[in-house]
Amino acid sequence: MVHRSVGGIAAVLLLLASCGETAPPQSGPSEQTSASAAFPVTVDGVTIVQRPERIVSLSPTATEMLFAIGAGDQVEAVDDQSNYPADAPMTDLSGFEPNVEAIASYEPDLVVYSTEPGDLGAALAGLGIPALVQPAAVTLDDVYEQIEQLGVATGNASEAKDVVEKMRSEIDSITRSIVQPSEPVTYYHELDDTYYSVTSSTFIGQLYSLVGLRNIADKAKGAGGGYPQLSAEYIVDANPDLIFLADTKCCGQSPRTVAKRPGWDRIAAVENGGVILLDDDVASRWGPRVVEYLRQIAEAVAGALEARAA
Amino acid sequence: MTRRARAIALGVAVLVVSVIAGLLVGPVHIAPGAALRWLMSFGHPPPGMSEQQAAILGNLRLPRVIVAALVGASLSASGAAYQAVFRNPLADPYLLGAAAGAGLGATIAVAYGPSDAFAVTVPLAAFIGAIVGVGLAYGLGRSSLSGRSATSLILGGIAVASFLTAVQTFIQQQNAQTLRQVYSWILGRLGTTGWDDARVALPSVVAAVATLWLVRRLLDVIELGDLEAESLGLNVGRLRVVVVVAASLATAAAVSVAGLIGFVGIIVPHTVRLLAGSSYRQVLPLSVLFGASFLILVDLVARTAVAPAEIPIGVITAFVGAPFFVIALRRTGRRAT
Repeated sequence: MVHRSVGGIAAVLLLLASCGETAPPQSGPSEQTSASAAFPVTVDGVTIVQRPERIVSLSPTATEMLFAIGAGDQVEAVDDQSNYPADAPMTDLSGFEPNVEAIASYEPDLVVYSTEPGDLGAALAGLGIPALVQPAAVTLDDVYEQIEQLGVATGNASEAKDVVEKMRSEIDSITRSIVQPSEPVTYYHELDDTYYSVTSSTFIGQLYSLVGLRNIADKAKGAGGGYPQLSAEYIVDANPDLIFLADTKCCGQSPRTVAKRPGWDRIAAVENGGVILLDDDVASRWGPRVVEYLRQIAEAVAGALEARAA
Repeated sequence: MTRRARAIALGVAVLVVSVIAGLLVGPVHIAPGAALRWLMSFGHPPPGMSEQQAAILGNLRLPRVIVAALVGASLSASGAAYQAVFRNPLADPYLLGAAAGAGLGATIAVAYGPSDAFAVTVPLAAFIGAIVGVGLAYGLGRSSLSGRSATSLILGGIAVASFLTAVQTFIQQQNAQTLRQVYSWILGRLGTTGWDDARVALPSVVAAVATLWLVRRLLDVIELGDLEAESLGLNVGRLRVVVVVAASLATAAAVSVAGLIGFVGIIVPHTVRLLAGSSYRQVLPLSVLFGASFLILVDLVARTAVAPAEIPIGVITAFVGAPFFVIALRRTGRRAT
C-alpha cells in the first residue's frame, strides 16, 4: 500500500504547502457602490442580482471577514472549520471536500470559498448560485481587497471600508511602536511538531517582517515552496530569540514540550521565555484578526529586547 | 577468508563508515576532526567545541543515526524473510497489512487522542495497529479454504490492507485537521528522533532480528516449496508463523518510531542477492548490515540535500526504490520465462 500512496501523498503535501504561496492576482471590486448597495453588482466577474441574505461561507477567513463587516446576519451557514466568531452558524459542511447538494440545501444566494477543490465553481454556476473564490492572501493588500470585495458583494461596502481603514491604522501604529535594534531579533515560526516552518515570502512571514524580525527559515528558501521542514540541528544552531508555536491546538505544543526536545534547552528563546503560544487558527487565517496576531508578535519582540538588555 | 566472510566484513566496514559519515555530515558545520575526537572520547567535548555542537552531536545526530540503522536493519531483514516464506521476490515487510494497520492506528491517535501526548500515543497506536493488521491478515488467510498456503496469506493481507486503508481515509475525511500530521507521519520521520525513540525501538528490533537470524538456514529450505520442505521434515506452517511474528514485531517497532518508509525491504535484500548469491545464510545477515547502512545514508541525503530544510525520507527511498523495483521485476520475469 505504501508505495502506491506515496505519490498521492506527495501531491497532497505539495498542495497543502502551496496554500498561500501563489494566489492568482485578483481584480478589485469592479463596481464601487454606496452602503445602501445598488444591486445588481459585479464582483470579480460574478454578478449578484440582489442583496444576499442566505450566504454560505466555506472559508473560515471569509466567515471572520463577513462578521467583521456586519454581514453576520446575512450568513445562513458556515463550514465545519469556521469556529470564529462563536455565533457563526457552524454546520458540518466541508470546504475541504465540498458536497454541492449539501450546500444547495441551504438555498444560498451567495457562496464564498477559498480553494477551488475541482469543479465547485462550475457546479454552483450550473445551479445558478453566485460564488466568490477568495484564495489565501499573499500580502496585506490582498486581505484589504478581499474584505472590500465582500463588502460590495453583500451590500456592506462602507462598513468594509471602515474595517480596512481601522486595520490599516492599527497595523501602522503597531509597526511604528517597535524600536529597531541594531542586531535584528531572530525567530522561528513552527507549523507542526515535525518542524515545518514558513519563510518570509509567505503571508505569515511578511507579518513578522513588518515588525523587523529576521526569519531563520529564510536560509531554506527554495525548499518547500515557502513552507520548508527544517532540521532540528539547524534550529538549535540558529539559536532564535523567539519561537512562535502555531501548533498549540493541532499538536499540543507549549514552552514545556519545546524545552524537553533534545538539544533545544540551549536555544535563547527557550532560556529567556521567548517561546510564544499562538492560536493555530489566528496564525493560519488572513482575516481581521491579523491585527491581534501582529500585536502579539510586537509584544514578544519587546520582551525579547528586554531579555537581551538584561 | 571465504567469500562469505569477505561479504560480511565488507558489510561491517560499510556500516562503520556510514555511522561515522552520518555523525560528521549535517546541515550545521562541525569540524570533522573535533567530531571524531568527540566520538573517540565517548561524548566528552574536546577543547574548542561549543556545548551547542556537543548537544547537536550527542542529542540529535547520534540517536538519529542509530534509529535509522535500527529501522533499516528491521525493514531489510523482515523483507528478506518475507520473500523467503512467501516465495515472492516482491514481498516487503508491509505485505500483510502492517503498514495499513499502523497508518490506521496513527490516524486514530491523531484524530481522537489528546494532542499533548502525540509523542507517546502515535508510536504506540502505530505499533498496535501494525500487529493487529498482520494478525487479521493471518487469521483471514488461514481460515480460507487453501489453508496456510503463501498465496492465501498474501490475499488475506491485500484484503485487510484495503479495508484498513478505507477506514483510515474515512477517519481523515471526518477530521480534516489531522491530514497534515498523518501525512507527515506516513512519509516517514526521522527529523524529530531522539534517544527515546532508540530506547523504544531497540528491544523489539533486537529480539525480532535475532529470531530471523536464527532461522536463516530454514529459509533456504522453505524456499524450495511447501511440499518439498515438509518432505525434508520442516514444519512449514510453524516456521511461517515464527517468521511472520518476528518480522511484524520488527516492522511495527520500525514504523512506530519512523513512520512508513517504503521499498527498503525490497531494495536491500535484492541488492544483497546480486552481491552474494541467494542463500539466506548470507542474505539475512547482509540485509541487516546493508539495510542499516542504506537507511543511514538515505537519511544523510534527506537532511543535507536541501539543508537546512529536510526531504521526507520516504520520498527518497521511493525515488530510489521505484526504479529499482522495476529492474528487480524485469530480472524476475526473465528468470521465470
